[in-house]
Amino acid sequence: MTQVAEDIEREAGAEAVVKKFMFVNRKAPHGTIYALEGLEVVLISAAFDQDVSLAFLDDGVYQLLKGQETKAIGVKNFSPTYRALEGYDVEKLYVERESLEARGISEQQLLVAVQVVSAGEMAELMEQQDVIISS
Amino acid sequence: MAINVAGKSIETDEEGYLTNLGDWSEEVANEIAKAENVDMSQNHWEVVNFLREYYNEYQIAPAVRVLTKAIGKKLGPDKGNSKYLYELFPYGPAKQACKIAGLPKPTGCV
Repeated sequence: MTQVAEDIEREAGAEAVVKKFMFVNRKAPHGTIYALEGLEVVLISAAFDQDVSLAFLDDGVYQLLKGQETKAIGVKNFSPTYRALEGYDVEKLYVERESLEARGISEQQLLVAVQVVSAGEMAELMEQQDVIISS
Repeated sequence: MAINVAGKSIETDEEGYLTNLGDWSEEVANEIAKAENVDMSQNHWEVVNFLREYYNEYQIAPAVRVLTKAIGKKLGPDKGNSKYLYELFPYGPAKQACKIAGLPKPTGCV
């Protein structure tokens, strides 16, 4: 997008309604394109001054694991990009406790600061959203 | 497409962004800048180098808003504003500076 278009968006955004968007990630990072594409959509929507949050459930929690190494499978390791989210003012990252426990992953093994929530709390968070995009 | 630097052909996409990030060098940057009519000063290099560091750390080219904020944090408010960045790169810090830095087109820059 050009800067002019972005400025227009932002000015319009002053009066536009801010919606609550939640991006739900359920798949492991590198076997399919879902995680990377999902992350790109998050970065794009962050430019539109919306209330953005991310949820990680099921194998989606693997997306946030530290120390990923993708050279051998010939795909880009985009896991450092999750650390850029803060600079995009995307600071609400929710991870489902049950999914972490089922995979033997602790919060200390994750590469960004997250809020670990129960499945019940996650359901409540989803209930509060205007838009949920699942990938 | 391709550009020629010191007798070597370097592949770019149809918009002039490098196909292989590893092909980048200061000579390549100068060559891209010349084609963009950007006369590289120390201030230009500061932004280009900043972008390369950002990419190294996060594996993406930042959106303009994010770049502006991050530059402000690192280099001060007189540089962390769109006016300054657009004076350096009239066609946009994302479009021109990223291209010169050898990075892909920023995500969200459609």
